Amino acid sequence: MAETQPALDYWSMLFVFMLATFIGIGVIRRVSRLLHTPLMSLTNAISAIAVVGAIIVAGSEHPPLIRFLGAVALFASMTNIVSGFLITDRMLKMFKREGGSK
Amino acid sequence: MSEAITQLAYAVATALFVLALHWMNDPKTARRGVQGGVAAMVLAILATWAQPQVIVHHVWIAGAIALGFLVGVPLSRVPLTAVPQRTALSHAFGGLAAGLVGTAEYLLWVQENAARLTTFRMVAIVAEIILGYLTFTGSLMAAGKLMELKWVPQRPVTYPGQNVVNLGLLAIAVGLGVGVIVNPAASWAVAAFMGVIALALLFGVLLIIPIGGADMPTVISILNSYAGLSAVAMGFVLDNKLLITAGALDGSSGLILSIIMCKAMNRSFANVLFGAFGQVEAKKTTGEQKEYKSETLEGAAQVMEQANLVVIVPGYGMAVAQAQHKVRELYDQLKKRGVTVKFAIHPVAGRMPGHMNVLLAEADVPYDDLVEMDAINPDMPQCDVALVVGANDVVNPAARTDKGSPIYGMPIIEADKARTVFAIKRSKNPGFAGIDNELYFSDRTFMLFGDAKAVVGDLVKQFSGSGMH
Repeated sequence: MAETQPALDYWSMLFVFMLATFIGIGVIRRVSRLLHTPLMSLTNAISAIAVVGAIIVAGSEHPPLIRFLGAVALFASMTNIVSGFLITDRMLKMFKREGGSK
Repeated sequence: MSEAITQLAYAVATALFVLALHWMNDPKTARRGVQGGVAAMVLAILATWAQPQVIVHHVWIAGAIALGFLVGVPLSRVPLTAVPQRTALSHAFGGLAAGLVGTAEYLLWVQENAARLTTFRMVAIVAEIILGYLTFTGSLMAAGKLMELKWVPQRPVTYPGQNVVNLGLLAIAVGLGVGVIVNPAASWAVAAFMGVIALALLFGVLLIIPIGGADMPTVISILNSYAGLSAVAMGFVLDNKLLITAGALDGSSGLILSIIMCKAMNRSFANVLFGAFGQVEAKKTTGEQKEYKSETLEGAAQVMEQANLVVIVPGYGMAVAQAQHKVRELYDQLKKRGVTVKFAIHPVAGRMPGHMNVLLAEADVPYDDLVEMDAINPDMPQCDVALVVGANDVVNPAARTDKGSPIYGMPIIEADKARTVFAIKRSKNPGFAGIDNELYFSDRTFMLFGDAKAVVGDLVKQFSGSGMH
């Protein structure tokens, strides 16, 4: 478990955070400006990865109040996942070149 | 063993998220990005759910997921003019989810296993709830402003000492938070924790109240970033690297968009958040009455027909009037007559990054003709007609010439360099920022007053009707 080597794990999490931020900046700087609105709805759906935390809280053997908070969080994240991906795809379908080809 | 499978699934999901964003660099591969994102998310959900040693209450999970679909599907079908408020709402949901999970974790551990409340975890939990709850109420306020709800003030609300009040509140919240971090299991800690939540909720509201519509693209980007960072904090609390990476991707996306928006307005973050356009309002009435020149639709249509290059500059007024389809008809009519037509897109035109591009794409304008500000400006002196459709501050030459103007230094689309300018405007009132626009009084500018959709529609009729071929 994490408790056995806590100090080490915190540092590795900070490293992951730092490297992921640099990767994010590198990748997102290349996103076409045309697509900044779909980009925002896509990253919004991706940040609903909070769903993972919500599932753990809502589904574990916890007191009902705790699980209720988790379930509301799960509902909110799921709403973002569903509407985020669907609307991103809907918008991207509209971007066409001259003559109607993608 | 099953822990290994979960971690492997998380690693694959992380890779897919990065690839999804990579595919967004070109409209041709962008839809693959959505598919990659969906695959990653499904994998992450299944891998988390299928941990029999952790997850025992399947009905709760299934129920919440079903409800999410029930609300999420209609939310994805809003008209595209409503995309900014939908985006703000989804930031609110993201912030709420992070805040609630952080609250649940703390309440659980403080009752059952106070040993887990290490300083590191407590710092992460406090960061998670402050970011989460302030994003929640801040985004709700932003959505309210964008939806033009009656009880949400549209104009910036400012009062003396506003920044002192806001920063003071935040300082109290952080101070209480530090108290909880140091003594997570003290008898008063739960009450202090609730206090931090209340202050974060209040701070979110107060942060957005002084912000006007023209600053919305920046504010939405900043809130986007906060929503991502709150997911990162959740990852630190739960010891989950998938949450950290996906949250960091979202956080950096919000950061980059905020920087682009701030540069496009020649302002700093601090200036957007703490320096509302308040002082400007007092000044605007001092401008002397100047005369507009107007032009008939027939005349305007004739000038456009004889042009080689027409540049259309869309702004928020086009979105409000839902004029994008009529604009596209005008584009078609002009193209049919051999006129080159381009759209000049300012980064902060509209109410969120990329807003104009999406509206024009919806109206089937090919994206090759949507040109960024920096690419179109060198062509503006060769442009025969600049047609301004509901844009105002982004074409205001005061940004170049008037040192006293609040928008001085902001890069603009140089519509004033075109040989002729036609500007469609709803009324004779100044724009959102309350600043007079000298472009409208220039010798070369002719005003077409009225609703953007109606005016462009009438222009199209000039072409499609009798006489002109």
